[in-house]
Amino acid sequence: MDFSLPPEVEAFRAEVRAFLAEHVTDEVIERAHATGTMHDWGLHRQMAAEGWLSAGWPAEFGGQGRSPLEMNALTEEMYLSGAPVDGLGVASLVAHTLLIDGTDWQKRTVIPRILSGEVMCCLGYSEPDAGSDVAACATRAVRDGDEWVINGQKMFTTLAHEAHYVFLLTRTNPDVAKHEGLTMFLVPMDTPGIEITPVHTMGGERTNITFYTDVRVDDRHRVGEVDGGWKVMMTALVFERNSAWYGECVRLLDTAVAWATSARDADGRRLIDDPLVRERLARAAVGNEVANLLGWRAAWMAAEGQLPGVEGTMAKLFTTEHYQQAADDLIDILGPEGLRRHGEPGAAADGWVEATYRHCQVTTIYGGTSEVCRGIIAERGLGLPRSRSSR
Amino acid sequence: MDLALSGEQEALRDTVARFFSKVASAERVRAAEPLGFDAAVWRGLADMGVPTMAADGGATLADVSVVAREAGAHLAPVPIVEAAVTNRLLTRCAHAVDDTTVRTLALRPATGGRAALVPGGAVAAEVVVLGGGDLLLVRPGPTGERRAPANLGSAPLADIDITAGRRSLLTPADGSAVDEHARALDEWRALTASWLVGLGRAALDLGVSYVKDRRQFGVPIGSFQAVQHRLADLATALDGAALLADKAVWTLDTDAPGAATFPAMAFSYCGEAAQRAAAASLHLHGGYGFMEEYDIQLHFRRAKAARLVLADPCRELVGLADRLFGPVETSTGAGR
Ligand SMILES: Cc1cc2nc3c(=O)[nH]c(=O)nc-3n(C[C@H](O)[C@H](O)[C@H](O)COP(=O)(O)OP(=O)(O)OC[C@H]3O[C@@H](n4cnc5c(N)ncnc54)[C@H](O)[C@@H]3O)c2cc1C
Repeated sequence: MDFSLPPEVEAFRAEVRAFLAEHVTDEVIERAHATGTMHDWGLHRQMAAEGWLSAGWPAEFGGQGRSPLEMNALTEEMYLSGAPVDGLGVASLVAHTLLIDGTDWQKRTVIPRILSGEVMCCLGYSEPDAGSDVAACATRAVRDGDEWVINGQKMFTTLAHEAHYVFLLTRTNPDVAKHEGLTMFLVPMDTPGIEITPVHTMGGERTNITFYTDVRVDDRHRVGEVDGGWKVMMTALVFERNSAWYGECVRLLDTAVAWATSARDADGRRLIDDPLVRERLARAAVGNEVANLLGWRAAWMAAEGQLPGVEGTMAKLFTTEHYQQAADDLIDILGPEGLRRHGEPGAAADGWVEATYRHCQVTTIYGGTSEVCRGIIAERGLGLPRSRSSR
Repeated sequence: MDLALSGEQEALRDTVARFFSKVASAERVRAAEPLGFDAAVWRGLADMGVPTMAADGGATLADVSVVAREAGAHLAPVPIVEAAVTNRLLTRCAHAVDDTTVRTLALRPATGGRAALVPGGAVAAEVVVLGGGDLLLVRPGPTGERRAPANLGSAPLADIDITAGRRSLLTPADGSAVDEHARALDEWRALTASWLVGLGRAALDLGVSYVKDRRQFGVPIGSFQAVQHRLADLATALDGAALLADKAVWTLDTDAPGAATFPAMAFSYCGEAAQRAAAASLHLHGGYGFMEEYDIQLHFRRAKAARLVLADPCRELVGLADRLFGPVETSTGAGR
């Protein structure tokens, strides 16, 4: 066994880290925090210019052919830096899915524009009545000659207000089993009939409701077969990232340790010298290492040509559950001072632990809730008999 | 990066797994209670050269870890981790070692002339003890000098009187007695972590196969989400624990950054994961899990015992904090 990363991965990591140290300024971080939009066009296009949007792509797409290990290091560094890069994740997920399931026209016209940082995508899966059971999707697409007419509503269409395309899951056949009547589209956001309503969240992130009224799109915007949308979903789910939250966990712990090292109790002792504080910091540190290793295992398996479906799910489940536990423990050690928000003068740890405590609650919900993850691990990993709720 | 066992390690794992299945079956584990030692199992390991395999630089701790994980999975009634660690420590003190002699070390310094609850101490011919800042090799006599109390984990623990019996002073080639003992203790932490992962996974497997078979309300209980989700969490925790134990061993073998922190992290986390797995698995057996006749109680008791034999797990975490964040500042600071 060898837990060290190959020198080329470490070298790439160092390169990325140096770039991010320069470009992920406090201003970038503050702007994302203030607007709730976890995407920054300036940073996004600088990263595209460095070739990092396409770093994992083959040379024919202008990519650098980076390995899964290098890509994991890149993702890890991005989130360690605190950069608002959710948009980057979505864009590369859509581009990868198009590469596998898209038409030649889509590959030729859309992929290069995504990889160059010119356009952004958002994901239109969730609906008011279709969340975890995403195949219950009811947004209707009806064929009309060479066109499709789309009517319906999507919930939580994050980044819709910045995006040029929505990767839209629709129902094309209501008369068959739910998984068999779905079709995926990549719909330009400037198509008449699309409306966006902002949704503000407890964590400060902005998301949206999107409405689709008689939206007409050419058939060339269809991704995959008619009624073959579930297969496209399966491809897209493989590209959901899971290294994001490890970086956030590390930032949280670093913030708490820095605070506890400088803060003093009423007797002038450093808070970090209090065993009650030390135990919780140590516990968070252990969980961070476990999260790190589970994430790297999935990346390593991918590098070895395996498909880490269950292992990636374990990394997501563990890291997000641990993240919440750690945020809960670490806001507690701040005591009442932990209540002051970011931006308040004198806020403990500049209010970042409070902000994290709110934000991290969503991490066990999106990208597959913890319950959905546990179902996958139980049934696909442990081979337990199917439960009634996974049908 | 390579997270797989080497070909030789796979062969070693298969060999010891086969051996334990035959010689350390659940019946034999039960028969060895309450003392928790089976001389035939020890002889088998000695014949394979396991106790000293990593003492002379021939094998690595990672190789011993492969054996430790299988030993944990089978609850093999032998102090193999203790012996491997002690033989390495003795080699660093230029003291000859061999495979047949059972050796162990006291995890905590002796106090008042006594080393308390020494793992393997009830059956070891030689015990390394840290006493008064010195490393001593103690050879307890046949009577009086050690007492083996009945204990939660049915482990061969003993309280050893180090003032009686034969003893000699050990001199580490380099490093102080205290440092060398600390190093041995970290090796013990990392290898016991691996042992606990083996135990935890075996306990989880018992639970998983039980819930696939057992039917209530007309369906296998393993189809209930309340059952599935608990097992999914534990499978995840144990995979994380296995990686952490493997990394701890690797940091020690390669003297990598993290060698000072990973053994303690692994011991803490693997112990917790194994204990939770055994407890959940017992619970999912319903009333049967509580019966002596079912094997899961064997895992349940040993998981807790292997953690607690070192220290209060909370104190272990506080000790880990010293390594992660530096020692506690004793003088009051500039506060006011
Ligand atoms: C900030 C934010 C951003 C998001 N961004 C996007 C986006 O960009 N695009 C997009 O399409 N979606 C997005 N989502 C939606 C997200 O994917 C869904 O919220 C998620 O899939 C859960 O669906 P739901 O909210 O309808 O909850 P539900 O599915 O109704 O779940 C409610 C509860 O029931 C539990 N539950 C559901 N099914 C089961 C089951 N089978 N077994 C056991 N328990 C179950 C869940 O675990 C959960 O705890 C976002 C959500 C948020 C909050």
